[in-house]
Amino acid sequence: MDSALATTDPNMPETEVYGEHEHVALPQHRHHFETEEQQREAGSFGMWLFLLTEIMFFGGMFFAYLLYRNWYYPAFVAASNQLSVPIGTANTAILITSGFCMAVGVWAAEVRKRTLLVVMLILTTVFGVAFLGFKYDEYHEKYELHHIPGNNFNVSMFTNPAAYGLKEDPLPPDMAQKTQIFFFLYFAMTGMHALHMIIGIALLFWLTWRAHRGDFSSGYVAPIENFGLYWHFVDIVWIFLFPLLYLINRHPMH
Amino acid sequence: MAHAGIHTDANDPLNVTNPEHAQHHIVTPLQYTFVYLTLLVCTGITAGAAYVDLGWANPVIALAIACFKAVIVILFFMHVAYQSRLIKMTIGAGFFIFLVLVTMTMTDYISRAWGLW
Amino acid sequence: MSAAIGNTILSLPDQSTAQIPKRNYINNEHGLLSWLLTGDHKRIAILYLISITFFFFIGGAFAGLIRLELLTPQPDLVSSDTYNKFFTMHGIIMIFLFLVPSVPATLGNFLIPIMLGAKDLAFPKINLLSWYLYVIGGTLTLAALVLGGVDTGWTFTTPLSTHYLNTHVITAAMAIFIAGFASIFTGLNFIVTIHRMRCPGMTWFRMPLFVWAHYAASLLMVLGTPVLAIALVLVALERLFGIGVFDPTKGGDPLLFQHLFWFYSHPAVYIMILPGMGVISEVISTFSRKRIFGYTAVAFSSVAIALFGFFVWEHHMFIMGVSNYSALVFSLLTMLVAVPSAIKIFNWAFTLQKGSITFETPMLYSFGFMGLFTIGGLTGVFLGSLGMDIHLTETYFIVAHFHFVMVGGMLMAFLAGIHFWWPKMTGRMYPESLSKLAAVTTFIGFNLTFLPQFILGYLGMPRRYHAYPPEFQVLNVLSTAGATVLGVGYMLPMLYLAWSLKYGAIAGDNPWQATGLEWQIQSPPLTENFTETPIMDHEAYDYEWLANKTKNEVTTVG
Repeated sequence: MDSALATTDPNMPETEVYGEHEHVALPQHRHHFETEEQQREAGSFGMWLFLLTEIMFFGGMFFAYLLYRNWYYPAFVAASNQLSVPIGTANTAILITSGFCMAVGVWAAEVRKRTLLVVMLILTTVFGVAFLGFKYDEYHEKYELHHIPGNNFNVSMFTNPAAYGLKEDPLPPDMAQKTQIFFFLYFAMTGMHALHMIIGIALLFWLTWRAHRGDFSSGYVAPIENFGLYWHFVDIVWIFLFPLLYLINRHPMH
Repeated sequence: MAHAGIHTDANDPLNVTNPEHAQHHIVTPLQYTFVYLTLLVCTGITAGAAYVDLGWANPVIALAIACFKAVIVILFFMHVAYQSRLIKMTIGAGFFIFLVLVTMTMTDYISRAWGLW
Repeated sequence: MSAAIGNTILSLPDQSTAQIPKRNYINNEHGLLSWLLTGDHKRIAILYLISITFFFFIGGAFAGLIRLELLTPQPDLVSSDTYNKFFTMHGIIMIFLFLVPSVPATLGNFLIPIMLGAKDLAFPKINLLSWYLYVIGGTLTLAALVLGGVDTGWTFTTPLSTHYLNTHVITAAMAIFIAGFASIFTGLNFIVTIHRMRCPGMTWFRMPLFVWAHYAASLLMVLGTPVLAIALVLVALERLFGIGVFDPTKGGDPLLFQHLFWFYSHPAVYIMILPGMGVISEVISTFSRKRIFGYTAVAFSSVAIALFGFFVWEHHMFIMGVSNYSALVFSLLTMLVAVPSAIKIFNWAFTLQKGSITFETPMLYSFGFMGLFTIGGLTGVFLGSLGMDIHLTETYFIVAHFHFVMVGGMLMAFLAGIHFWWPKMTGRMYPESLSKLAAVTTFIGFNLTFLPQFILGYLGMPRRYHAYPPEFQVLNVLSTAGATVLGVGYMLPMLYLAWSLKYGAIAGDNPWQATGLEWQIQSPPLTENFTETPIMDHEAYDYEWLANKTKNEVTTVG
């Protein structure tokens, strides 16, 4: 596999490709795989199975959201409207940009451009950190408003919105209590998402260091590819979280 | 002494290690850029559409756009468009079981109070 | 050199000259670290075997204490709180630390790569990580136990677990969360290995049914376990911060927890039983010298059980306040699961028909499995019927039902598998007559313990109470007496298997004259399993192929 593009040629006799593999013992080739192709396929399949468990892990929370949103729709609308759409939109764009950089990074690894790969990994990290920065700002605001579920949760903004300069209709007290469930799901879902991003950023530091060392510039791109899958999965979770949490009902209710 | 390497032809019944005969396809930065721009435009549409009162269609549109975005991320950023059938079926299975979780649980919640849901 | 003696197919090499192979996976490297840092699937299987045996006897001790308390109608041994902790620890340890990893993590780990003709599982390091996660989960469970125990029942039912108990729920939940990831990684490894590591010629329908069963169970592990994980995280958050998602006073729905919990925990029942069914397929075929009847049907029934397993969980909640219409749907779907299970039982029975049956120990355990699992499965159909369920659920009937499936089914299958592959794992035979005695003791003890419980439950004795009306005492005494016999039945294998490690007869490569790839290599196997990549050129369970092979070998040597 002298050029990564070579394997895309469908007319190339496969035995020759494999013949080469047998003789080129790359350091990353682990002994129990017959061929490097097999190792690579196994790695990416394993990563996809792991992402399957992630779908089900987040799936439980998405279901809880679906249930309570239907049960307590007015509370969900009122609470959702306290989230900032500009920040949410900006964060979505930032995360998509981060994912784009990651995708270009994968390409850079595949065509063995070391410097470009390192730059792209750094950009991915920077946008990831920026996302978390905005997220921290949003969390902090909720903390100051006592909108964090628990003993200090305060519903007065929803029972008496006029006192806070809001034009929303006030909620009856029992419905206003249900905003706590919205905020819990908000914190649980975005928090779990942020936790995945923090883990991802830690991995990015490690991968950047290895890429800088030149580990991924000789045709061995599996770690970059598989991390890319993880990072894009985190993107996808946010792609759903953004409309579900921020945009329940933004047009005035009458 | 036969080596596993000889059974790599797609039509060889003895080829079991890579039956789909998947080949590694490289997505170009240009393709990535198109996808990226589409995602940004979709994000804008999602945010904008939320401010227009469309009744029941609001959440439907928001989710439809989100699904579209997720699909193009999966297909291109995650290279699934060029992956083996096995990977495609794996992803399908994941979403299928998630839908089982949602719909089967919903049979309980919806029918607990007919009409009030 | 080998000759069949009487009514057995056991063929051991000449003991005066036979030796354990000089090079094998056990003596390949030395020292504790070579075990703790190993990537070899066979060594990890042994590590798992030791740890699950440890937890099995802890869980068993709690079972003994429960039966001791129930010997008399009065609460005289322990207080009610302590009794609650007993059955909770018994459930948590037996389910999450014994039954879920029992066959997959030991026999599956050891055998799947060999059966597929591979050198190892796809991800050896993740395999080792899985064992460490299991150990951490186990240690946390022990910590919860030592710190004062948990008394939620193994189901962690809300709002009991979130609002009314001051025991170590979070520690136990964390333990199960971590042990759950051990099981996810095992399942993930198996799926990738089965898809990507098969040797040339090993097509899907040439794989042993043991592998098919593990494939189905792995799907459940990968797709189900994360839902349990998130449910337990939510319980922990509810306890720590009072977030209200399961709290009715704040608008949450306690039943939501049960939906999420049983979405995993019903498929988990199949995680526990499917690998056992795989063992039974191998054993039945070997000791009746026949290809499994309806191989394809048995293979697909495993996958069907796995798939249907995701559609029936609500039958654990019929009396909990779910809607009647939904309960009706789930009750009907529950009947569906009985079909693939019955397919398996009938196909095993047809395999036995006109077979050359011999009664070695693994076969005795398998017969135990077939009988007890059938009773357990059929009583499950009673419980799945809406009307019967109202009468029988939360009584000793349900306790007897799931013990028939889990203990009568899975534990019998586990012991069948351990005996069947013991010569392969260690290179030595277990003592034949003692092991047959143990198998019979287990069967008698089991029935004596749990058959009375069906009657108790039918008469209305509720589960999870430490006192009961005096008229139930006779049956409870029978049950406790049976538990004592059962305890002896489980102690025996541990003792004589340990004995056989040093004093057992040398087993040779293929003591059972079985056809699987694992029997064509030396026992114990080499670290790399095969000296050259095998090529599968025959169907699974092809005894003619084996006879030809043996004949040719004799010709060459002689």
